[in-house]
Amino acid sequence: MFQGVDYFKISDLFSDDERMIQQTVREFVEERFMPVIQKHHRNGTFPLDIIPEMGQMGLLGVTVPEEYGGPGLSNFIYGIAMQELERGDSGLRSFASVQGSLVMFPIKTYGSEEQKKKWLPLLASGTKIGCFGLTEPDFGSNPGGMLTRAKKTNDGWLINGSKMWITNGSLADIAVVWAKTDDGINGFLLEKGTPGFTAKGLEGKLSLRASDTAELSFQDCFVPDENKLPGALGLKGPLSCLNEARYGISWGVTGAAMACYDEALNYSKNRIQFDKPIASFQLTQEKLVAMVTEITKSQLLNYQLGRLKDKGLATFNHVSLAKRNNVAQALNIARTARTILGANGISDEYQSMRHAMNLESVLTYEGTHEVHTLIVGQHITGESAF
Amino acid sequence: MNIAVCIKQVPDTETKVKISDDKKSIAEGDINFILNPYDEFGVEEALKLADGGEVTIISLGPDRVTSAIRSALAMGAHKAIHIKSDAVPADPGATADALVAVLKEGNYDLIFTGKQAIDDDHTQMASLLGEKLGIPAVNVVVKLEVSGGKVRAEREIEGAHEVVECPTPCVISAQRGLNEPRYASLKGIMAAKKIQIEAKDVNPGPNQLQIVEYNYPPQKSAGKIVGDSADAVPELIRLLNEEAKVI
Repeated sequence: MFQGVDYFKISDLFSDDERMIQQTVREFVEERFMPVIQKHHRNGTFPLDIIPEMGQMGLLGVTVPEEYGGPGLSNFIYGIAMQELERGDSGLRSFASVQGSLVMFPIKTYGSEEQKKKWLPLLASGTKIGCFGLTEPDFGSNPGGMLTRAKKTNDGWLINGSKMWITNGSLADIAVVWAKTDDGINGFLLEKGTPGFTAKGLEGKLSLRASDTAELSFQDCFVPDENKLPGALGLKGPLSCLNEARYGISWGVTGAAMACYDEALNYSKNRIQFDKPIASFQLTQEKLVAMVTEITKSQLLNYQLGRLKDKGLATFNHVSLAKRNNVAQALNIARTARTILGANGISDEYQSMRHAMNLESVLTYEGTHEVHTLIVGQHITGESAF
Repeated sequence: MNIAVCIKQVPDTETKVKISDDKKSIAEGDINFILNPYDEFGVEEALKLADGGEVTIISLGPDRVTSAIRSALAMGAHKAIHIKSDAVPADPGATADALVAVLKEGNYDLIFTGKQAIDDDHTQMASLLGEKLGIPAVNVVVKLEVSGGKVRAEREIEGAHEVVECPTPCVISAQRGLNEPRYASLKGIMAAKKIQIEAKDVNPGPNQLQIVEYNYPPQKSAGKIVGDSADAVPELIRLLNEEAKVI
């Protein structure tokens, strides 16, 4: 079984229960997810049958309070859980990220009491699945330019427009959709089956294959007043959700990097060339040392980011720096791991190339590498470059 | 129903065992200890059957066993008793005496153990507890129904399943297949740390077994290549017949 990578004994800084949670989620991924990921990656499907167990364990909406059906735990624990899930696959972590940070978080933060009571327990148990609609075909890094409109009617709103690259989109029972009104950007809860609301799964993905990605379209889609999120107005609403998800990504991708390093290290010890294990060659050692060094740095970054977040001291630029660094390093590690695996590395019998393919998406989604560069750049210089 | 589950902390199944220098014990340094997997089936069954009653976890051993106890509490058990002992006695009878002393203080309708501990493989505990408590013990159970002061248990035996009935209280040893143990929930893990583990000093019974020494299993000898063409076949058949005695 996967034993983790903890070269600097950073988990010594965790509490006993944080370590126990890490071990439990690790076992869950090992036993329930690893045996089926190859099949789902090939078929382009998500393992729906593990969702209820994820709900029962409290992996959906980790920080949502108990009164709304969540376990009400810390951001730090949320991070640990995301790391262990993404050790399996970025698609598995994406499922939990979207459900927790992009659907439950806005309902918890901006929803009415009725919306919270109705939806949060169903989403926490995994009985209902949610998705988040912000990105559009022509508006990715610039979400403020969105074309989706919500027009006021007597007792509700009519929504028109489309959303693209929506994780969980065709699985979702409920979509948190961001649309422009006369007042600015607002959030709406669109239920599956609403006339005029369609979701179409995207074909031909070379990345995040074990994850549902869809295009949503709305044609005169009627949403009653009680389904508008009362507390969110402006771009700040959706961006605050993304900040939560990006925090989870910083931890998650470190899990993917750990899986790739672990695979490459074991392979290098057993693969014999020129009558010696390839681990004994200097070039291979250099690669492995660079990998474990970057993993250790990412782990330290996550550790402090998580502690800051629980103290209320983590700002969005801290999250941007961590997401930017950790994703880029994880992608690099996954690619390097593939080179150590040689030709075998291109087979899905091994996981490094699957992680590398996934991480290409993660580098771009939830704020591109470039946008995060400019967010930190703006923060440290006081000058906006975008 | 009030149920006790006797659990043991054992080395992880992937542990590479190192024998200590005096050959009388296992070096514990790098060992990752876990809750004995068969005991986990017992904990799960107890949680399913408790129905408003309490599930009490009992374990004997040094301080490190509290982490196995916490694992069982995190699954949902209500109480725990740690019988403090510097080491687990070599004689299962001695451990059973200590467990019995604690079990007698509780009023349990059912007592679970795993069918065996994966470290010493004695496979004796359920029978010893039943005998010493004067109640029935049913071993290697794969299906269990409890109602009206009676249990109906299916046991795995060679080539068949045997169905037995006995009155409660009784001891049940759990076999794989009895259930699918739940994963501890994140909330359960946090709640488990708030449960006070009751520490007890109980003198284990007399140790009638002494460990003389541990030895590693004999190394597999290297294979023999008798040739690389059809000419070698008669010699191969001769060796398989006369040396390996497999044909």
